[in-house]
Amino acid sequence: MSSPRSSSLLAWPAAKPSRAGRPAVSPEERRRTRLKRKLKENLTAYGLLCAALVVFALFSWYPIVRGVLLSFQQVDFVNAPTWVGFGNFTRLFEDPLFGVAWRNTLLFTGLALVFGFAVPFLTAVLLNELRHAKAFFRLAVYLPVMLPPVVTALMWKWFYDPGPGLFNSALGAAGLPGGQWLDSSTTAMLSLVFVSTWANMGSTTLIYLAALGTIPGELYEAAELDGAGLWKRLRHVTFPQTRFVLLVLLLLQIVATMQVFTEPYVMTGGGPDDSTVTVLLLLYRYAFVYNDFGSASAMSLLLFVALGVFSAWYVRLTRKADQS
Amino acid sequence: MRTLVSPGALRSPRGKVVYGVVFAGTLAVFLLAFMFPLYWVVTGAMKSPQELAQTPATLVPHEWHPETFADAWDQLSLGKYFLNTLVVAGGAWLAQLAIDVPAAFALSKLRPKFGNVVLGLMLATLMLPATALLVPTYVTVTDLPLLHLNLINSPAAVWLPAAANAFNIYLLKRFFDQIPDELIEAARLDGAGPVRTLWRIILPISRPILAVVSILAVVTAWKDFIWPLLVFPDTGKQTLSVMLQRVAIDMPLNVLVAGMVLASLPMVALFLAFQRQILAGLTAGSLKG
Repeated sequence: MSSPRSSSLLAWPAAKPSRAGRPAVSPEERRRTRLKRKLKENLTAYGLLCAALVVFALFSWYPIVRGVLLSFQQVDFVNAPTWVGFGNFTRLFEDPLFGVAWRNTLLFTGLALVFGFAVPFLTAVLLNELRHAKAFFRLAVYLPVMLPPVVTALMWKWFYDPGPGLFNSALGAAGLPGGQWLDSSTTAMLSLVFVSTWANMGSTTLIYLAALGTIPGELYEAAELDGAGLWKRLRHVTFPQTRFVLLVLLLLQIVATMQVFTEPYVMTGGGPDDSTVTVLLLLYRYAFVYNDFGSASAMSLLLFVALGVFSAWYVRLTRKADQS
Repeated sequence: MRTLVSPGALRSPRGKVVYGVVFAGTLAVFLLAFMFPLYWVVTGAMKSPQELAQTPATLVPHEWHPETFADAWDQLSLGKYFLNTLVVAGGAWLAQLAIDVPAAFALSKLRPKFGNVVLGLMLATLMLPATALLVPTYVTVTDLPLLHLNLINSPAAVWLPAAANAFNIYLLKRFFDQIPDELIEAARLDGAGPVRTLWRIILPISRPILAVVSILAVVTAWKDFIWPLLVFPDTGKQTLSVMLQRVAIDMPLNVLVAGMVLASLPMVALFLAFQRQILAGLTAGSLKG
């Protein structure tokens, strides 16, 4: 913390004993005042930090430990918690819905990546070429992101209604047969993926757009002089130049979509035929319907292990980008 | 600015035609995909219940019932739920500023002993998927350690966990790091203590980052669903989202849709007013955090 000037003063105390009217002080005394100042500074710093330390301790660090402990306990808030070892995990593995929930979640994540990854990227590449109405495009694509997710879910639930819903009305007007959407176990998950893609593509699109804006134009020019066509320029300039952003958003999306909850909870409640029961929906049921907080915590722990790798990778990547 | 397609190619007669077609197509798709649903919801709220139940649906309402918005306001007690949501989101915003700004300042400029360890422990929480802590945090909130307080049904159950936000601290610290130390040193020589320096010097020049953090805080709190669903079992204390989801099945569709429109308006207005800050927060939030 000490500035270069004060340290040089300390280094040659004898050479300049009294500078500009300052009284001569012995080195020990000077060290003592410096120590005092350091101590005071540390105290102020921790004073400013204490509120943050308290909330982190209570709502982040302690719950992490508590979560691991709960995973090995039987807790129902009626009886005292008891240790059950891996009992909660066994209970989960024996639940037929457990496998279903993971399969559904992976299906959701997979489908969400296909749409939520490709569509925003292509949209961004396209928008980057357009010279007009840029502000409108950005506003339009981002507007759904601002809607409360419950509103989006309820809105789309109504759109999907096989009777007077928007989609079947539009299909009917075009002379096409309507779909079952949320009411069929084969299409329900796909229908949820559409909603999630529609609601969230605004942020990814705009992030890609920002990344595309940083590509130096000379690269395209040089590629074109070398005879590279549109596709080759996309493949050899646009892709490599946005590779990092693509990777980061891929990780971010995997982490986000594996935790999908609002859409299935509000739109299908897990049905039809458990086809939209996701990991988080099952976790919610264990904790708040069956009152089995131990098994729910065990489920959280499994989810954390599954996602921890991606999260750690993501944090490392972004910190590396930050340093460069 | 040179992009994928060269300006030369765009100027050629063929390029102009292709551009026109692509532009018109994109515009049509955007209007259909993003504007039409909003039109549908707003006009749907003004249709009569009979018209809403009609198959196929009507494109333009035969009869207009704008009074449905007023009915929804009364029937859903929207005033109360708006106030609840405002208290929850506003408090979360204040808590984040009041707790995270001093913390980031201390870590960035005062650099106390073990400051890096503290920062590391905070940043490590970013590696946890948000929902992995749902159950243990809920259990903690029902009975705070040492204090033995139960925060269920209290807005503090949202405010305090929201303040334990490592991402905010990271964002703020990065900004404070760029402020030259000489400025702090000069303030110290003028006799200002660290708190005064933070208040009089750092905060005024940190407006851009404070705006980003503020907007992220408000938007996140307003949009959140699962946590308020858990901590507000008392129906009178719930936020808009939780209430809408709860009454969705029993309400007449036109009233529900009107309620949905009204619940979304503040966020849409916020977006229109603070577009620049929101988009700045978006890129900061995803790439550098």
